[in-house]
Amino acid sequence: MGRKHVLAMRVNGEDVEVAVQPEETLLEVLREGLGLTGTKHGCELGECGACAVLVDGRPVLSCLMLGVECDGAEVQTIEGLAREGTLHPLQEAFADLGAAQCGYCTPGMLLTAKALLDRNPNASRAEIAEALSGNLCRCTGYLQIFEAVEAAAAKLAGGEPR
Amino acid sequence: MRWIGQPVPRLDAPAKVTGRAIYAGDVTLPGMLHGRLLRSPVAHARIAGIDTSRAAALPGVKAVITGRDTPGIRYGNWRLMPQTQDELALQIDKVRFIGDEVAAVAAIDADTAAEALELIRVDYEPLPAVFDVESALAEGAPLIHDEGSLTSNVSLDRKIDYGDLEAAFARAAYVREDRFELPSVSHAYLEPCACVAEADLEGRLTLTTSTQTPYMVQCLLASALGMRENDVRVVKPTVGGGFGGKMELRSWEVCAAILARRTGRPVKFVLSREEELAFGRRRHAMTIRSRLAMDRGGTILGKDLEVWLDGGAYNSMGPTATFLCGNFGAMLYRHPAYRYRGYHVYTNKAPAGAMRGFGAPQALFVTESQMSMAAEELGLDPIELRLKNAMVAGDEIPGVAKISTSGLAECLRKVAEATSFERKRATTAAGRGIGIACSSFITGGVFNWFDTPHEFSAAEVRAHDDGTVHLLTMASDIGQGSDTVLRQILAEELGVSIDRIRLTAADTALCPKADLGTWGSRVTLMAGNAILAAARQVKDELAGVVSARFDLNVIHEIVFADDRVFARARPERGVSFGEAVAMAMRARRGGAVIGRGAYTPRGKGLVTPTFSFAAQVVELEVDRETGVVRVEKITTAHDSGTVINPLGVEGQLHGSIHMALGYALCEELVSREGRTLNPTLLDYKIAAAEDMPAGESHTVEIHDPEGPFGAKEAGEGLVSPTAPAVADAIHHATGFRSCSLPITPEKILFALEKKGEE
Repeated sequence: MGRKHVLAMRVNGEDVEVAVQPEETLLEVLREGLGLTGTKHGCELGECGACAVLVDGRPVLSCLMLGVECDGAEVQTIEGLAREGTLHPLQEAFADLGAAQCGYCTPGMLLTAKALLDRNPNASRAEIAEALSGNLCRCTGYLQIFEAVEAAAAKLAGGEPR
Repeated sequence: MRWIGQPVPRLDAPAKVTGRAIYAGDVTLPGMLHGRLLRSPVAHARIAGIDTSRAAALPGVKAVITGRDTPGIRYGNWRLMPQTQDELALQIDKVRFIGDEVAAVAAIDADTAAEALELIRVDYEPLPAVFDVESALAEGAPLIHDEGSLTSNVSLDRKIDYGDLEAAFARAAYVREDRFELPSVSHAYLEPCACVAEADLEGRLTLTTSTQTPYMVQCLLASALGMRENDVRVVKPTVGGGFGGKMELRSWEVCAAILARRTGRPVKFVLSREEELAFGRRRHAMTIRSRLAMDRGGTILGKDLEVWLDGGAYNSMGPTATFLCGNFGAMLYRHPAYRYRGYHVYTNKAPAGAMRGFGAPQALFVTESQMSMAAEELGLDPIELRLKNAMVAGDEIPGVAKISTSGLAECLRKVAEATSFERKRATTAAGRGIGIACSSFITGGVFNWFDTPHEFSAAEVRAHDDGTVHLLTMASDIGQGSDTVLRQILAEELGVSIDRIRLTAADTALCPKADLGTWGSRVTLMAGNAILAAARQVKDELAGVVSARFDLNVIHEIVFADDRVFARARPERGVSFGEAVAMAMRARRGGAVIGRGAYTPRGKGLVTPTFSFAAQVVELEVDRETGVVRVEKITTAHDSGTVINPLGVEGQLHGSIHMALGYALCEELVSREGRTLNPTLLDYKIAAAEDMPAGESHTVEIHDPEGPFGAKEAGEGLVSPTAPAVADAIHHATGFRSCSLPITPEKILFALEKKGEE
């Protein structure tokens, strides 16, 4: 084990400093260092997408990124998706339309979908499926997830400030 | 109805979409240690010795245990037949598969625990090993379990016989015999197993664990440790899927408990994905020989089914799979004569266990493949042939079960019409195919193999004078949504709003015993019926006090609706639900209003109170150059009885299709000499978002008298029709009929090449 580095990041809109081992993944930093357990570990090899978070707005697999790579970065996790107690339209749609069953893939799925809608608010079903293809789900068969992302996109297009 | 049939969003969804749902792996307790398991690198060997001294001396390591530190009491789910209980948390004398657990470590962090494992020295004396059923049954094969009375590697067999099979085959105009090979596949739930154990100074244990059967874990953990059942508390947190893979006591749960007692600190285990895929439970690989007898018109006269289950190194849920496979072999259609022989065979591989469908995906792949093959050879329409033989309400499987209700025929007609099946089947466009298959499944099991002295499901309903209700049940939501469905059932019965119902579930210290857990599609029917029984006690009491208060003639019907209790004929004579409870409490001089209910299937035959049915049509395209299959559309009609929550049932359907498409086309745990070669989700490929076809579904709602509000199961039956329907469509597209799964591009290309040569 090497010496700890002090990492400064902006996580869910808050500046945080956390001491990390050089070999610690962002997933470990978030879950163990910062107690943000909403980000899930599913394989720790970048195969399943359960650990997806947004780093500087882009979806990354936090199990494949070292914490020290995120010095100075802006990180968004599932805990930061709702604002002031109001669910993001994606969260609302996932909850209302059956897109979460066991819920374990849900945080990674939501953040990946957010990144998609941020850059492509009118994503087609095929584009949604493509964007989410790195996020495995064993419960839903994905169809209700697609419907939820489409419903959220429609709501966001309706002028919801976000 | 106000709540039944409504697409009520799952009540835990807000917690799940905000990351606030707590799974076992998310739990952190003060002073908590991290555990890891040392697993055998060899498939079959005697343990000559284990030296843990270097591991124990590693800074940060707090305890190291081996089999000698455990009571060495064998356990297993089939308590009714103790000779089947063949598992130990840590092996003492020998290991039986690559991955068998031999030691466990608790350390201050997971890395230290992992480092300690490398310092444990185990001396193995290798034994000859067997990796398939044939070698395991061969003369002179090594005996995998030599500790009991077994004289072969057949750990148990199951026979079913009824009707005159000889006569059926003697008078049959059409007989066919086929052999099928079905692969081992993984549940691949997204949440790897995890648990946290705590031991208190009164000698009691609390285990928070990713399980679908907390009551069974409580009982078995207590017996494995020689403890009293109620000195063990098992808590099920949010669980990230199970599909049958989390319904037993597992090694890490026992080790966490022992290590927590040794160290006086909480101990947590989290499995890796590789451990899950390489060593975890899986669906049984099966070899099946089926002989089918029909008359000239295609009416089934008899069936002779022989099944060999590749059980792996321990029984796990294999006995149930062996039992159920025999039952499912005679489902869907009337079989006047039936013979089943099922053999559960030990091999030196990771044990197979229960997995969604539990014997049905294999048995029905055989049934449905043979139906389509027979239809073709007899020149009959595949749907007509099925309709001719379809089970209808009132049909009996002699001595086994009675068909309470059946929408099978209607399901067949629905999918045929919705897909223009007849027209498309008559068309032969190169590479395009359409196929059909049906399914049926139990709504909860009747057989008490766990040998519980409790009722199968229990519920407690506490009515409060503020108009809220507290439901306590051991039923275990592992993602399927039962916590929501059960509240819908209670809300409907009590006429209260669903948001007034609070739920405490799946905590053995708080909830009424018992509930056998989430498997066999039992929760909606069994826990639902228990809740209805509890709710009716509350209603009887409240109806009494409201009648007294308004001086109502005894012939008045008292209604519970819209959070009120009132006389149907005189709605103004009534009070709010909360006021009625307050009145009842006053009548009891302060006593609480509590209803207790239970359900046990009695007089329901040997298998289940009622079966679900479904029919499914698959349309696909086969690329004849690459052998790649692109499934375009799947159309399903299902009879799940009354649908309590259409959003949930739809989710179960799509999820089943996802899992079954993998079974049909790409999923297989491949092993060589007992070593799993694809223990990652890159190499063990499950369908991604892009791979999903379009879906269309039709509900055939038939009120079933056995289920709460007429409901039957929807969680497992739908996993069976897809693979045979895909195989049927591939046959229609290419002329290649696969009797094995998965139907990989290689198999298709090889078959097409062979056909080209002919």
